[in-house]
Amino acid sequence: MVSLIWGLLLLIGIIFSFLSGNLSLVNDEVLKSSAQALEMFASMFPVIVLWMGLMQIASDSGLLAIISHKFSFILKRLFPSIPEGHESLGLIASNIIVNMVGLGSAATPFGLKAMEKLQELNNKKDTATEAMITFLVLNTSGVTLIPTSIISLRALYGSENPSMIISSALMATTCATVVGLLCE
Amino acid sequence: MNSLYIRIIPLMITGIIVYGLYKKVDIYSSFIKGAKDGINSAISIFPFTVSMVFAINIFLHSGILDFIFKEVANFLGPNFPVSIFPMALLRPISGSASQVIMTDIFKNFGPDSFVGLLASTLEGSTDTTFYVITLYFGSVGIKKIRYALKAGLFADLVGIIMSFIIVSILFG
Repeated sequence: MVSLIWGLLLLIGIIFSFLSGNLSLVNDEVLKSSAQALEMFASMFPVIVLWMGLMQIASDSGLLAIISHKFSFILKRLFPSIPEGHESLGLIASNIIVNMVGLGSAATPFGLKAMEKLQELNNKKDTATEAMITFLVLNTSGVTLIPTSIISLRALYGSENPSMIISSALMATTCATVVGLLCE
Repeated sequence: MNSLYIRIIPLMITGIIVYGLYKKVDIYSSFIKGAKDGINSAISIFPFTVSMVFAINIFLHSGILDFIFKEVANFLGPNFPVSIFPMALLRPISGSASQVIMTDIFKNFGPDSFVGLLASTLEGSTDTTFYVITLYFGSVGIKKIRYALKAGLFADLVGIIMSFIIVSILFG
């Protein structure tokens, strides 16, 4: 399915550029996109390395285990297939907490590490487990309590009350997350 | 709000360090070990970044969305903020693209207008599903993602629909 969407995005883009006589755009994009990807990577790379280092401390000191214990009442229900006290639970909890406060870029390292730990529990290494999919639905439906970048943009464009969208965004995101989890 | 945002990272780091020292962990060695592992994780996601940025840019810059939604705009009249549609469509694919449209809506209609509030809610209600799925699964070598994308996109759809309903009720 990812292959299909990825292929379609490319094909639709190229064919439409051809039809609208704008084919040089494709040539430009080949160069520009890879440079842009490198730029994104360059800004993500040190963040991931740094947080993975800090996470290792949290893991070695047992802090992650404490976090997962604190949230075990929810996590147990959401992830019945993960054995109690498994390291992935602490990472999942940390990822969700960091996501909630709107710090997506700091959440990614926790998410990647959590996936790594979930993969250790996986018997079929090329196939997604239920726990992984639950975790991704939690992540993609975006449990954000404080969408900081949106609030600052709203303030920038002269909003009278930049943070008034917190309530509506929170309700929408909660509905999305709950429905996503129920259906899945 | 901002104060929490500013405090959360320093608090987390302080907590990690203090607890590590309290538990007599060799925190510096731990950090280096984790950071070394981090290099591998970080490098493993680069192909996904390249593939996504490439496909999404070609699609977006081809102008096909402008073309489609210009027709819709003609149909709905000049005062209708049509850009909310491509924004909703793009939100699961590219966070930065939908943010650009949101900023545009703020500029043209104001952040406190109905459509401005709707755009803010939309932007805050979901994440870039497509990217997260390819990145997370790709990083550990999962090829068969089963129903993950469907579940993720369905949750996005619910988020989009609920944004419309909730903004209409709260601010409409």
